[in-house]
Amino acid sequence: MTDRRFKKRTIFLIAYLIFALLPIYWMVNMSFKTNQEILSSFSLLPQAFTWDNYKTIFTDESWYSGYINSLIYVAINTTISLTVALPAAYAFSRYSFLGDKHVFFWLLTNRMTPPAVFLLPFFQLYTTVGLMDTHLAVALAHLLFNVPLAVWILEGFMSGIPREIDETAYIDGYSFPRFFITIFLPLIKAGVGVAAFFCFMFSWVELLLARTLTSVNAKPIVATMTRTVSASGMDWATLAAAGVLTIVPGAIVIWFVRHYIAKGFAMGRV
Amino acid sequence: MSVTTKPVNQKAWFLILPVFICVAFSAILPLMTVVNYSVQDIISPERRVFVGTEWFAAVMRDEDLHAALWNQLKFSGAVLLVEIPLGIALALSMPAAGWKASATLVIVALSLLIPWNVVGTIWQIFGRADIGLMGATLQRLGIEYSYTGDALHAWLTVLLMDIWHWTPLVALLAYAGLRSIPDAYYHAARIDGASKFAVFRYIQLPKMRGVLMIAVLLRFMDSFMIYTEPFVLTGGGPGNATTFLSQYLTQKAVGQFDLGPAAAFSLIYFLIILLFCFVLYNWMQRLGQTEKEGGHD
Repeated sequence: MTDRRFKKRTIFLIAYLIFALLPIYWMVNMSFKTNQEILSSFSLLPQAFTWDNYKTIFTDESWYSGYINSLIYVAINTTISLTVALPAAYAFSRYSFLGDKHVFFWLLTNRMTPPAVFLLPFFQLYTTVGLMDTHLAVALAHLLFNVPLAVWILEGFMSGIPREIDETAYIDGYSFPRFFITIFLPLIKAGVGVAAFFCFMFSWVELLLARTLTSVNAKPIVATMTRTVSASGMDWATLAAAGVLTIVPGAIVIWFVRHYIAKGFAMGRV
Repeated sequence: MSVTTKPVNQKAWFLILPVFICVAFSAILPLMTVVNYSVQDIISPERRVFVGTEWFAAVMRDEDLHAALWNQLKFSGAVLLVEIPLGIALALSMPAAGWKASATLVIVALSLLIPWNVVGTIWQIFGRADIGLMGATLQRLGIEYSYTGDALHAWLTVLLMDIWHWTPLVALLAYAGLRSIPDAYYHAARIDGASKFAVFRYIQLPKMRGVLMIAVLLRFMDSFMIYTEPFVLTGGGPGNATTFLSQYLTQKAVGQFDLGPAAAFSLIYFLIILLFCFVLYNWMQRLGQTEKEGGHD
């Protein structure tokens, strides 16, 4: 690799990273300003540095309950998704059966359905079964796109494990559940981690369904934020602080799975 | 997916069953409700009239829908044209190993983990001409920039936001593809005296084909369903400049409460996506097969 070539690539990379970070930097910057400063002057660093916006969020229940609600339904969703997706992914990776390819494609189409299409029916369905405004409703609705994704990723990882391992275990007298939990699961730990990460991520970032299915008790933080935009459009500082706080869980999770993210994306079965 | 024959076992259906039930509950039931609405005129919960395909005909002739669809196609096209090459370039320039690779990976992936309406909020702030970094900078450069007033500016801002938000996905996929190329290929190329471009064209690009297919598919589908980000940033305006299909549908279904037409439109929307999915999916399968039959090329 020649030096000049190398430099060109590095410059391009650095330029992109700056582009990637600038909007986030601006929000972080604003979250430490007062509303008055945001609107009156233009500065690259806060002139009157303040933690007040964060204090507001951590002390006002209507703000911090949003984070708790979001975390609850994301956790429920991730648990259900993985529990149902693990056996299914095993079936897809190990056996062929009547209609397997069609079922797989059908699952994928759910990943590709615009949530807007299901808005009304979901609203009616969950009202009928009495789940409106509960964490479970959002968790169940998010299964629509997370289950197919989890099956897709796990199937990729499982296909990488040689089938001889299963066969040896069965000959040794292992029952299927015992084999699956004690031998197979530890082998695909990385895959489970990656699938959990993606379920977490897609459930965390989704707004449309979460907002439609909740009103007070299970209102997620993302919905709290949009309502603030319309109600008191000028409270930029609190909004910025809330935005920064929504990035934090994702940033923490990403640090733990950084070695596997790229792999997880590429593992999907095509 | 391995081509070696898998044992036929119909009992495997029992393992699929939980997934089937879950997704059926959240996909088939709602879909049937949509079908049900699409053929009725719902005047009130007690009074409904069967209208057959009337809504479908009405929706197909709807000028606003045509505008939204055209807007959507232009947007998805632009998204693919910019994000795919940019993502590949980014993946090529990312370090291969060491702490620099980790740090780059985390920074690049960061935008993917931000809730979609926060993405909208970030850009809403960022683009404001009075208090936003980008807006104010452009203003000082003498450009009359306003994403709320100028249709073209609004459209470009939504596009730029999408590039910022989703190029990392393409980059991560391409990066994963690149890392799976064995060093032996590069050694061979060096011995042959291959140019940088030749290495890219004949080694890297073919090896990335699989992941790039996924990238194209995901980016196409997701950009076709984009809702939250433009909703927060521009609310679909000014006028209808950034009203895409999802936006239009939600306005109809929730805003105006036109259940029948909204349901008919939902089904058409769903079928469009399904059609694209089916064609792309089969195309990808076919490509994967010819690659395997061709062996090492």
